[in-house]
Amino acid sequence: MTGLLPGFADPVVDAQSTFRAVLEAMARPGRVHRLSAPPAAPAPLSPAAGAVLLALADGETPLWLNAGADATEWARFHAGCPVVADAGEAEFVLAIGAPPALSALQVGTDEDPHRSATLILQVQALEEGAGWRLTGPGIEREHRLRVAGAPEGFLAQWAANRALSPRGVDIILCAGDRVAALPRGTMIEEG
Amino acid sequence: MSGYNFAYLDEGTKRMIRRALLKAVAVPGFQVPFGSREMPLPYGWGTGGIQVTAAVIGPDDTLKVIDQGADDTTNAVSIRRFFARVAPGLRTTESTAEATVIQTRHRIPETPLREGQVMVYQVPQPEPLFRLEPRRAETRRLHALADYGLMQVKLYEDIARHGRVASSYDHPVMVGERYLMSPSPIPSFDNPKMHMSPALQLFGAGRERRLYAVPPYTAVRSLDFEDHPFVPLRANGRCTLCGSGESYLDEVVTDDRGGRMFVCSDTDYCGTRQAAMKEAAE
Repeated sequence: MTGLLPGFADPVVDAQSTFRAVLEAMARPGRVHRLSAPPAAPAPLSPAAGAVLLALADGETPLWLNAGADATEWARFHAGCPVVADAGEAEFVLAIGAPPALSALQVGTDEDPHRSATLILQVQALEEGAGWRLTGPGIEREHRLRVAGAPEGFLAQWAANRALSPRGVDIILCAGDRVAALPRGTMIEEG
Repeated sequence: MSGYNFAYLDEGTKRMIRRALLKAVAVPGFQVPFGSREMPLPYGWGTGGIQVTAAVIGPDDTLKVIDQGADDTTNAVSIRRFFARVAPGLRTTESTAEATVIQTRHRIPETPLREGQVMVYQVPQPEPLFRLEPRRAETRRLHALADYGLMQVKLYEDIARHGRVASSYDHPVMVGERYLMSPSPIPSFDNPKMHMSPALQLFGAGRERRLYAVPPYTAVRSLDFEDHPFVPLRANGRCTLCGSGESYLDEVVTDDRGGRMFVCSDTDYCGTRQAAMKEAAE
């Protein structure tokens, strides 16, 4: 490693604006938000995925990630989160490329559906207005979302995850400096 | 107030609340436990709402705080002043249309909410089944099983005794046809405004350490029966100040000889209408 990259330039304000974008994204599944001040995360981590991680993860949240040694070190230093080897133990799962199977992550229980993992999934591109048809809470009629680089067989996995409702994994999609979200209740149909 | 972090709470607490809020939005109507902190005002004065607001707001926001619809009552003024002091850059307003975050105690503004606005409700008792089943372990199981027969029986007994559902405020709702939820002690008049609202609605209960959420455009159905449909209650009258026949009214006693009048509970709505009437008259 040649030197640790910095985290948020202004930790308080940047964490707030990142959280607010993620909150809006989670409340309106399929809407894409651009983050205003993401950190320069170490490759191959996108600025958006880095920002989401720093805004939400800390010493209380076990993290699993497959973004390489530099990103692991960066996350450990700036967020201070314990890094676990088994994705099934993680509260945050940060995946680039092929993520672990959704069924292998924590989905919560019927009494505690909130104790489920959040998957921060880095994809190639996010675009509104075309692609998947999303319906469910947070969506008036339908939102369209095109996800370039979604993992193979994702829609089948997502349907199985949705069938667990109210249990299930929630996903924050990141590409470049953009985020969108798929809470567990969102129904996705191929566009 | 120097020496305090932006919006009073430390960053670790904000992250904990933020994580809980995201899960609350992902499971509409489900009560997520959170580590409620001591706040510089007593329980019952909106500590849950304040913590949710503190975790959400940033320097670009415009905050409105209402207490029973009014911007100028003690609770509203002190919370608004609190955030103006601990959140540098934050603007405050009394206008519903201008606000991006609205913290409320027991009302939803008359002016329709829009996308991009966040409602933060102060909640004294988040558990709608509390008066019917005081054991928290048991209510958790009832929510897990979506077994809300207790509440239906309570509403049935109301109708059998009084001829109608007796709750005029805090009338329980079903969120997304899955979770029974307390809408906080808003009048039943406001319940229909929660249904398919364009705004994001967040709820915080400080003493009970629970928060929950209703995402925008989510079905919120007030509990009722086919033959006894839910009827939102409103005093039969008009506002003495602005003449509105649609808004929710407060009854004000004006003297000790039985004098009384109705005025809008929403001061911003009433004031805006009075100003428009004045302008039209000139």
